[in-house]
Amino acid sequence: MAIFIDETTRIIVQGFTGKIGTFHAQDMINYGSQVVGGITPGKGGQTHLGLPVFNTVKEAVQQAGAEAGIIFVPPAFAADSIMEAADAGIKYCVAITDGIPTQDMMKVKNFLRRFPADKRMILTGPNCAGTISPGRAMLGIMPGHIYMRGNVGIVGRSGTLGYEAADQMKRLGIGISTSVGIGGDPINGSSHRDILEKFEQDPETKVVVMIGEIGGPQEVEAGIFAKEHMTKPLVAYIAGLTAPEGRRMGHAGAIISSAGESAAEKVAILKELGVTICPTPAAMGDTVAQVLAKL
Amino acid sequence: MDIHEYQAKDILSGYGVKIAEGGLAYSPEDAVQRAREIGGHIWAVKAQIHSGARGKAGGIKICKTHDEVEAAADYLLGKRLITNQTGPAGKVCSRLYIEAGTDIAKELYFCLLVDRSSERVVMVGSAQGGMEIEELAANDPDAITKIYIEPAVGLQDFQSREMAFALGLDAEILSHAVKTIKGCYRALRANDASMLEINPLVITKSGELVALDAKMGFDDNALFRQQKISELRDKTQEDPREMAAADRGLSYVGLDGDIGCMINGAGLAMATMDMIKLAGGEPANFLDVGGGASAERTEKAFRLVLADKGVKAMLVNIFAGINRCDWIAEGVVQAVRKIDMKVPLIVRLSGTNVEEGRRIIAESGLPIITAETLAEAAEKAVQARNEVVAKEAAQEV
Repeated sequence: MAIFIDETTRIIVQGFTGKIGTFHAQDMINYGSQVVGGITPGKGGQTHLGLPVFNTVKEAVQQAGAEAGIIFVPPAFAADSIMEAADAGIKYCVAITDGIPTQDMMKVKNFLRRFPADKRMILTGPNCAGTISPGRAMLGIMPGHIYMRGNVGIVGRSGTLGYEAADQMKRLGIGISTSVGIGGDPINGSSHRDILEKFEQDPETKVVVMIGEIGGPQEVEAGIFAKEHMTKPLVAYIAGLTAPEGRRMGHAGAIISSAGESAAEKVAILKELGVTICPTPAAMGDTVAQVLAKL
Repeated sequence: MDIHEYQAKDILSGYGVKIAEGGLAYSPEDAVQRAREIGGHIWAVKAQIHSGARGKAGGIKICKTHDEVEAAADYLLGKRLITNQTGPAGKVCSRLYIEAGTDIAKELYFCLLVDRSSERVVMVGSAQGGMEIEELAANDPDAITKIYIEPAVGLQDFQSREMAFALGLDAEILSHAVKTIKGCYRALRANDASMLEINPLVITKSGELVALDAKMGFDDNALFRQQKISELRDKTQEDPREMAAADRGLSYVGLDGDIGCMINGAGLAMATMDMIKLAGGEPANFLDVGGGASAERTEKAFRLVLADKGVKAMLVNIFAGINRCDWIAEGVVQAVRKIDMKVPLIVRLSGTNVEEGRRIIAESGLPIITAETLAEAAEKAVQARNEVVAKEAAQEV
C-alpha cells in the first residue's frame, strides 16, 4: 500500500515549463513516478519533456486522468494554483513553494473546507520537500536514492532533517513505507495528526516517526491522537532545543510564541502521552530500530 | 517584520482608531519642540524600540515641564534598553515619540493575531489592561475573551459588539468601539499583519477610546506586496548579522554561543544545534545555504558565518539532496583558500556523491576536520572549540 502515492498514481506538475518545475519533473520521471503532463497557462497544446502541457488543471484531469499534483508556482500565485487543483478534482496535492503569505494559506484552507470530506483534496506543504513512497513514486524534490522501501512511515516539517532520518534508518537496514513532508510554514495543508491518521490505516506501515520542531500546536495534537487512536508505535524528535523564545529559526513557523511551544515542553508532553522520544537527532535510526525490535 | 509604536499608530489612525496627539523626535531639542507643538502640561516621552514592556525597562517617561522633556530625551536617546522581550543584548533607542498626556479612566487589553490552531484570526480582549497578556492568562484566564473570525466573511458587527461588552464599555461609546475594533481588523488584513496589539487601549476621563500603545508585526512572506510596510523597516533594530545575510539572499540566525554553523535546511540546522548543545557547546549562529549551494554561494556563506567575531570554531553540515557533496566540497576548499581562516573547521557531508566530496576535502591538504555522522560532527566541533578557548586562556596567562 503506502499512503497518498504509488506507481499507479497519475501525476501532473503545476509550473511545469519553468526551470525548477522542469528539473524536478524530470527527476520524478527518472525515479519512476507516472507523470502524465503539466500545467502552464497559455502554453496548452505544447509538449514538454515528451508530455502534454495543459492550460488548466481541469483539462489535465479530463484529458490525462490526473489524480495527484505538485506545485512549483512562485509564492505570489501559489495559493491560486492550489485552489485550482482542488476545484478541478485533484485528490492529492503537494505544494513545494516556500514563501506563501499566511493570509493566502488561510484563504486556501477555508476554500478546501467548503468541499464535502469525500471530495476534498488533501494538501501537504507548502514549504516542504514533498512525498515519496520508496521504490514506487516520488512527488517531491528529495534525493530518491537515500530512501529504502520498508515499513516505517515518516512525517516531518523539515526536508533535510527528513533525509537525515531516512539515511540513518537505511544504514541500519530499515526502509520507509512513505515519507511525507508537511512543511515549515505556520499554516499548512495537513498537520502531523492528519498524516498519522493515514499511516494508522496503512497496512504496510508498522511504526511512524514524527519529526517536529518548535512553534505551533501540531506535535502535541498529534501526540494526543496517537494516544487515543493509534495502535502503531509513534517515535518523535522535536528540533530546536537551543532556540530562544520569539526568534524565528529559519522556517516561518519555527518560532516559540506562547507557552508549550518550546522543544523541551513538547518533548515533556509527548513523553507523558506515551510517545517514544529520540534523545538526539543522531539517534533517530537507533530509536526506530529498538521500537521495531519489540514488535 | 516589526515596526515602531509611532508607525503602528500612524497606520491605525488611518483606519479610524483614535490616538493621542504626538510627534517624532531625534534629539532633545526636537523633543521640546514637539512638546511645544502639542501644547498642554503633561507629555509622555517614549523610547521607540522594537519591543513591548518598555515601561518596565524605563523606556517611557512622564514629564510635566519642557525641561523634564529635554532631560528625558537626553537620557533615552542612544540608551540600550533591555526588556523581557529583547534578550540580554537589548535594543538601542534612536528615536523618541513625544505624546500628549492622556487622562486615563480605565486601561483595557486588545489584540488581533493569526491563530495557528484554528487557522483564523482571533481577537483577544480583556477589561484588565496594562499588564502583559501572558501574565493575565496565567493569573486570571477567565478575564480574557477570545473571538474567532471567519476568514471568508470577515469580522462582523455583532462580534465587535460582543468584544466591546466584554471589555466593559458603556453603551454611549459602543458605536465608537465597534468602529475602532473593525478598524483594527481592517488594518491587520489590508497590510498582511500577523499581529496587532493595543496594550493599553484606554477609556479617557472624557469618555473616549484611545490606543495608548500600539504594536504591529507583519508576515515576512507577504512583504513583496506591501511596499509601504517594507519601507517602515528599521534595520537598526535588527541583528546586523541577519540584515547582512538577508541583503545577500541568505537566511541567517544569530545566537549567543561561539560555534558558527553552515547547514542546508532549517530543520537540519536546528537539529545540528541541538547536537552541539548536547555535546556541551553553544551555537553562535546558523546560516542556511539552501538548495543550490554553488562555490560562490558557499564562500559568501563562509564569510557571513565568520564575520561574527565571537566564532571560535565552525561546523559545516550538509545533507546533499539536490546539492552534490562534490560541489559543496569544492566550494568549501575554495572558500578556505580565499579566506584566511583562523578558527578550526569541521565538515560533515552526507547524501549525493558523498565519497567524491570526502575525497576532495582529504586531498586538499587543508587542515579540515571531517566527520561522518551528525553526532561525530557536533562532538568534534565542541572539542575543537574547547581547545581554542584553552589555548586563548593559556596565552593570557
